[in-house]
Amino acid sequence: MENMDVKGRIFDIQRFSVHDGPGIRTIVFLKGCVLRCKWCCNPESQEWDIQKMTMGGVTKTVGRDVTVREVFDTVRADMPYYKRSGGGVTLSGGESLCQPDFAVALLKACKEYGMDTAMESTGCADYAVISRYLPYLDHYLMDIKHMDSRKHEAFTTMPNDLILENAKRIARDAAHLIIRTPVIPTFNDTPEEIGAIAEFAASLEGVSEMHLLPYHQMGMDKYAGLGREYLLPDITPPSKEHMDMLREVVRSKGLRTQIGG
Amino acid sequence: MKTFYTADIKKSDRIPRLVENLYKKMPEIEADRAVLLTESYQQTEGEPIIMRRAKAFAHILENIPITIRDEELIVGSATQAPRGCQTFPEYSFEWLEAEFETVEKRSADPFYISEKTQETLREVHKYWKGKTTSELATSYMAPEALLAIEHNIFTPGNYFYNGVGHVTVDYPKVLRIGYSGIIEETKAALAKLRVGDADYAKRSQFLKAVLISCEAVIGYARRYAKLADMMADGCSDYTRKAELRRIAANCERVPEFGARDFWEACQSFWFIQMLLQVESSGHSISPGRFDQYMYPYFKKDLDAGTISREAAQELMDCIWVKLNDLNKCRDAASAEGFAGYSLFQNLIAGGQDKNGIDATNDLSFMCINATFHVFLPAPSFSVRVWNGSPQEFLLRAAELTRTGIGLPAYYNDEVIIPALLSRGLTMEDARDYNIIGCVEPQKAAKTDGWHDAAFFNMCRPLELVFSRGKDLGVQIGPDTGEFRSMKTFDDFYNAYKTQMNYFIELLVNADNAIDMAHMERCPLPFQSCMVEDCIGRGKSMQEGGAVYNFTGPQGFGIANMADALYAVKTLVYDQKKYTLCDFKEAMDNNYGKDMDEHYAEKVTKNAVRELMEAGKTVSREDVAAIFAAVTANPCTDAQKAKYAQLLEDIEAIPKFGNDIPEVDAFARDVAYTYTRPMETYKNPRGGSFQAGLYPVSANVPLGAQTGATPDGRLAFTPVADGVSPAAGRDMNGPTAGANSVSKLDHFIASNGTLYNMKFHPTALAGTNGLQNFVTLIRGYFDQKGAHVQFNVVSRETLRDAQAHPEKYKSLVVRVAGYSALFTTLSRSLQDDIIKRTEQGGF
Repeated sequence: MENMDVKGRIFDIQRFSVHDGPGIRTIVFLKGCVLRCKWCCNPESQEWDIQKMTMGGVTKTVGRDVTVREVFDTVRADMPYYKRSGGGVTLSGGESLCQPDFAVALLKACKEYGMDTAMESTGCADYAVISRYLPYLDHYLMDIKHMDSRKHEAFTTMPNDLILENAKRIARDAAHLIIRTPVIPTFNDTPEEIGAIAEFAASLEGVSEMHLLPYHQMGMDKYAGLGREYLLPDITPPSKEHMDMLREVVRSKGLRTQIGG
Repeated sequence: MKTFYTADIKKSDRIPRLVENLYKKMPEIEADRAVLLTESYQQTEGEPIIMRRAKAFAHILENIPITIRDEELIVGSATQAPRGCQTFPEYSFEWLEAEFETVEKRSADPFYISEKTQETLREVHKYWKGKTTSELATSYMAPEALLAIEHNIFTPGNYFYNGVGHVTVDYPKVLRIGYSGIIEETKAALAKLRVGDADYAKRSQFLKAVLISCEAVIGYARRYAKLADMMADGCSDYTRKAELRRIAANCERVPEFGARDFWEACQSFWFIQMLLQVESSGHSISPGRFDQYMYPYFKKDLDAGTISREAAQELMDCIWVKLNDLNKCRDAASAEGFAGYSLFQNLIAGGQDKNGIDATNDLSFMCINATFHVFLPAPSFSVRVWNGSPQEFLLRAAELTRTGIGLPAYYNDEVIIPALLSRGLTMEDARDYNIIGCVEPQKAAKTDGWHDAAFFNMCRPLELVFSRGKDLGVQIGPDTGEFRSMKTFDDFYNAYKTQMNYFIELLVNADNAIDMAHMERCPLPFQSCMVEDCIGRGKSMQEGGAVYNFTGPQGFGIANMADALYAVKTLVYDQKKYTLCDFKEAMDNNYGKDMDEHYAEKVTKNAVRELMEAGKTVSREDVAAIFAAVTANPCTDAQKAKYAQLLEDIEAIPKFGNDIPEVDAFARDVAYTYTRPMETYKNPRGGSFQAGLYPVSANVPLGAQTGATPDGRLAFTPVADGVSPAAGRDMNGPTAGANSVSKLDHFIASNGTLYNMKFHPTALAGTNGLQNFVTLIRGYFDQKGAHVQFNVVSRETLRDAQAHPEKYKSLVVRVAGYSALFTTLSRSLQDDIIKRTEQGGF
């Protein structure tokens, strides 16, 4: 299969992952993103270029070029665990939509092998690109971060029009769509803002589930490691009580929900 | 679909009080058994050995002090003091006498011993000089085997110093017909003998010895019945008085006759379990499939409405407590290898029955409850898993794992059954297997498995490849030629195999010598009467009376050797970046790293010995100078830099444990260097050898006798445990580690393999966590791994426990094939446990 030789750029493969889709999964992190979210916990995922990052005094190279075959061989090694748990592969990033030839070939190989497939994505791309992925995807985990386009742009550098438009189409065409919202203090953590997203999600055809992902600071020192400034130094993770309250807001819109992926 | 009672059953208030009483004092050594044994032996000089054994056993049971502890429902104690131990001078005694002064202070498994006991034992020991199994075994061993043992290539110390144990007897038979039934069977066998038979003498003596032993056990139970009645007479508490009366009635009934209800069955079980450990000092006397043979009694009572689930659970909990009341004092070196006061009484639940149908029942769940309730290291609780195991059973077992107690261990029917078939068991017997001790599978009541027969350090033969078979200046192995002239990797690998084969044969020699010594000096009529076909054949297990006979010595250090040989192959022969001389020099200098003082002492001693072997005299000043040189780290900066570069290059090479097919295939082949030669040998009981791949906790003390290895492992540090990847080298998470380990051949290692995984508790949080955890086990087992066990504690918790042991007295960790209280382990073993890769869910 010639598609197996398609090259792509990834920065990590994480096995025995138990979030981001059902069962035990392997997550492939693709490099390069269209958005620049201020809270991003994987800042090393954003640039397409291969970078150096220094953590705890150790400098490592972030990003490597690989073929579909190489990644597929690693992913299928855990097939016994996927079979037992309904798990499989999840593409994450970065934004997988930035590398369609590579990502689609990988998803196709996994799907044809009998794996469950999922993708975490902003949905921020031309819909013609997105539609190439859908035949090989069991779960589209799509981020909706804010309903207000200006605030969306202020925190992610991009407006949300295209994203919201794509969400409707994906809901119509994808096998299974789950909406995911990072809960970021000072950005979208009020019941009104979360409620607006939930309302939109509930209006999407066939969508019944929305996950709330509480902000965390685990990626903070990566910014220093990349020689970058962390833009949200003053906010702290939302409390459990606050998250519980937001969960009830989502539920009140008729959606199933959970905190965390 | 079968349905089970899966909910927890309320713990009785009695249980925590029983546990507290058990742990009030440091365990103590008692002399009663040794004194009574010796008295009897002195009276039976010249009689057949089997008869002397039976008479001594009877004499002990007639006279040893008995006690019923506060609030007990199941009675019978081998010692006056809780968790005390008796001694067994017929096997060995010199080590104990030599350690009288230190046994209370030592780091691994200390015991209190009073002045008076010391004096009594000293007196008793005079009789035993020249009469022990260990002395006879030594005289049977080939001189080169003794030399190999002296140089720590392997150690058969377990059965050299102690009884064999390692058996699961026919509990269900005794529960059903009692010892009176066995007496009848024995009398019938005796009646069938004809005095003109060639083997009449041997057979008849054995059968008569069985009769004496069974009568002795019945008499012993009656002593308890009397004691309980006497205590009831003097008891003012109405409830306790009634309990004592019932205990008295139980002991009057069992184990003489068959048990009529669950309580009698529990009491009968306990007498068997405890008295096996009075007859001999063997450990790993394993209750086996308790949930299977106890179930009919439970079911009958439950259906009749004569017992509640709570009451049945309380009785089981009491047995769980009692299993921790038994104890054993080992020599200091063995105590490190078996650290944690463990007796490895393996009790297993779940799995298939002999017809291949899932046999999980409500008692299987109650076994899990009991471990939750009592929360102590014994029994070594295990669970059988196969494709048809009920998910709810595994989820409940996973909840227990999540507590961090290190129990249960999980075993794979899909590997173990075919492995046993390949060793000649019938399909029915193979399906009905249970686990002995740590990880050793066998068919109960038919097998003398001699599991755990020796530890073989697979790293040491590689050292000898570099020294042409010399250790400390002495030629202990074959001269496999100058390593500098090994042109290909195969030359090098073949030299390793030659060393391996040579020492494996010597291990066999040593084990068979010890086997003969047990046969001649310590046949066991009581144990034998509960193992098929001893009565039929008229001979003890030690003489080959069992249906299945094996010897199972275990190898360890596979991960180190796989990584080491792979490093040599890659860096020396494929990339030609280094020579074997570079490796040798770096290893001799411990890769330029400092030695800590403890190890420096060892190195100094070795160096001094080497000089003396070479015929030189070594003065006190010389010793000091050598020690100074060793601790000073004689390496120049240039050397240090060179070795650091080598270490870095070794580090960069792929390692076992990361799901890299080429390396894993290599490891599989390396394991064969141990497992394949082993299965070609026979033992004196008419059975064959079968390899195991597990270390108990010997990977730490035996690692401390092993120099630096080509995988970058520093001198005297622990070697890898079991079939697990070397500590800290499996970097791709638990699935990758499990995949690598499953690529070894677990079928040929039919004496058991051991895979340790360490989990952070967060990895098992919530229902999802449990499900993922069960998936991990099933996924590993789908790929034909045989065994897996888990430590679920955070590194921080363990570190804190080292700093504040008083706060963590009850912290249980999985050591190897068993769990132990973390704070009772030696510091180095604690460090090793902390170092084993901590696997988290991402």
